[in-house]
Amino acid sequence: MAGLEDLYREIILDHYRSPRNRGELPVPPAHRVEGFNPLCGDEVVVYLEVNDGTLTDLRIAGQGCSISQSSASMMSATVKGRPVEEARKLIRSFKAMMSIREQSLGGEEEAEEADARGEAEIMRPEDLGELAALQGVVKFPVRIKCATLSWNALAQGLDEIAAGVPSSD
Amino acid sequence: MTSTVEAGRLEVAALRKQFPLLQQLSHGKRLIYLDSAASSQRPRAVLDAMDHYYETTHANVHRGVYAIAEEATRQFEMARRATGRFINAPRPDVEIVFTKNATEALNLVAHSYGRHLLPKGKAILLTELEHHANIVPWLMLAAESGAELRYIPVGEDYRLDLSELDRLIDGVGLVGVSCMSNVLGTVIDLGPVVEAAHAVGAVVVADGSQLVPQRGVDVSALGVDFLAFTGHKMLGPTGIGVLWGREDLLERMPPFLGGGEMIRDVRLDGFVPNDLPWKFEAGTPPIAEAIGLHAAIGFLESVGMEKIAAHEIGLTARAIELLTDRHGDDLQIFGPTDDLTARGGVLSFGFRDLHAHDLAQVLDAEGICIRAGHHCAKPLMRRLGVTATARASFYVYNGEDDIAALSDALDVAAAFFG
Repeated sequence: MAGLEDLYREIILDHYRSPRNRGELPVPPAHRVEGFNPLCGDEVVVYLEVNDGTLTDLRIAGQGCSISQSSASMMSATVKGRPVEEARKLIRSFKAMMSIREQSLGGEEEAEEADARGEAEIMRPEDLGELAALQGVVKFPVRIKCATLSWNALAQGLDEIAAGVPSSD
Repeated sequence: MTSTVEAGRLEVAALRKQFPLLQQLSHGKRLIYLDSAASSQRPRAVLDAMDHYYETTHANVHRGVYAIAEEATRQFEMARRATGRFINAPRPDVEIVFTKNATEALNLVAHSYGRHLLPKGKAILLTELEHHANIVPWLMLAAESGAELRYIPVGEDYRLDLSELDRLIDGVGLVGVSCMSNVLGTVIDLGPVVEAAHAVGAVVVADGSQLVPQRGVDVSALGVDFLAFTGHKMLGPTGIGVLWGREDLLERMPPFLGGGEMIRDVRLDGFVPNDLPWKFEAGTPPIAEAIGLHAAIGFLESVGMEKIAAHEIGLTARAIELLTDRHGDDLQIFGPTDDLTARGGVLSFGFRDLHAHDLAQVLDAEGICIRAGHHCAKPLMRRLGVTATARASFYVYNGEDDIAALSDALDVAAAFFG
């Protein structure tokens, strides 16, 4: 049976206690997007700025549990300054890591479908750096939504920017 | 804080033995179940009653003329009568409608009464502490009918603030109110609300999901017009809820769901609805679940609802006392702590700056099951200024040993997150 130490790795607790890129950005020029976890009421707000195809700045606001907060913090540290396409690849890779492979609850199939479309290029957990610490969350299925909350918000934000959808207030 | 209420005199150890699920270990430790406000466990007697029914009696009800079908129908209707007597319904045989859960019971009222009998232009009055089940059906109705929704606020003392009731009740046609908050534990004094509602000709829909299991409810004394509650929070099975309504109101209300059982006659161009209560029970009803609920009511009555009420009050008092003593300022209780007779066995709290989810995760590793989240009461959470709380809730199988284990586990959580 999975133990607490599988879930709460030291690096996770570190990001929880000292979150990176915490705060807000002026909208506009930044784009603001919210994520809600209906399970626990957690709310994350992602502010992102994209210039010339690069995610030049990113801030995280909102509140939540250690898993959602540390995942958001690690995400911000990983994607900030990267080209949008790399950020999207990281999002896909992170979500693939968070899918329950044994039970094949959709995430894997989505990844396979994406593979079949030849657009995936999923990075393996061992290539994800400190993000791999969140792998243990998969053993606690209820908490997966906590870990993916900010990533889904980021993906939505990038989609909205690409589609020219105005930022939320 | 006072703890003048004597601890209940329940034989907890003997009771606990009758609950098979509570005999197991969780993470190698005694499983301590502190989430009965979400769903209770069930005793062997309930499981046996349902097994016995399926093994010896099952057939569809109100259809067959053979022996087991007659017996299934008899047992199903006996369950209805027992449920009605449990809440002192004037007409148990016609006023008790079996539904899927309390949520469906409330939706039934919103659809049938709300859409057809609530006079146009009348407002709907709810409270800030309602469970989503007693908010969303009314929001859906209001979105269709344009009815105005109003809310009785929750005061700093975690009770309903009735100071503006006279103003709020003016022009109201229906009041939806919980008998007891599933978050704060507050037992609502319904008297003034019912009186004010009836003075303006409004009907009162009470959500008894939390109070019925802990204290029992006497609908005749309470004076409400509808009461919804659910089987799985009172030692019964999932899949069965109850709507009690005043016969004259139910009689005037059109059916909710359509199908078999709820009709007297069907032609290609119309139908005639069945009599009460079957008019509201479309399709094959939850038969085994009704029989399980009957057994659960029998179990509760054999223990004694007065004793259960005293046990809940006593155990909650002990929990507040012990946790406050041991954890002091680390602990924030959301709910009344002064008059403990006015609160039930539900204790919402914050611990240090830990998120309720993280707390619940560490408690789980100690074998303790608590609820963490918004408890399906997001408007109340916003009122309290939090996104989530931890919640421990107590029932007949919980004792002081469970409270002590909870307290020990809080220390473990404090050490873990540093």
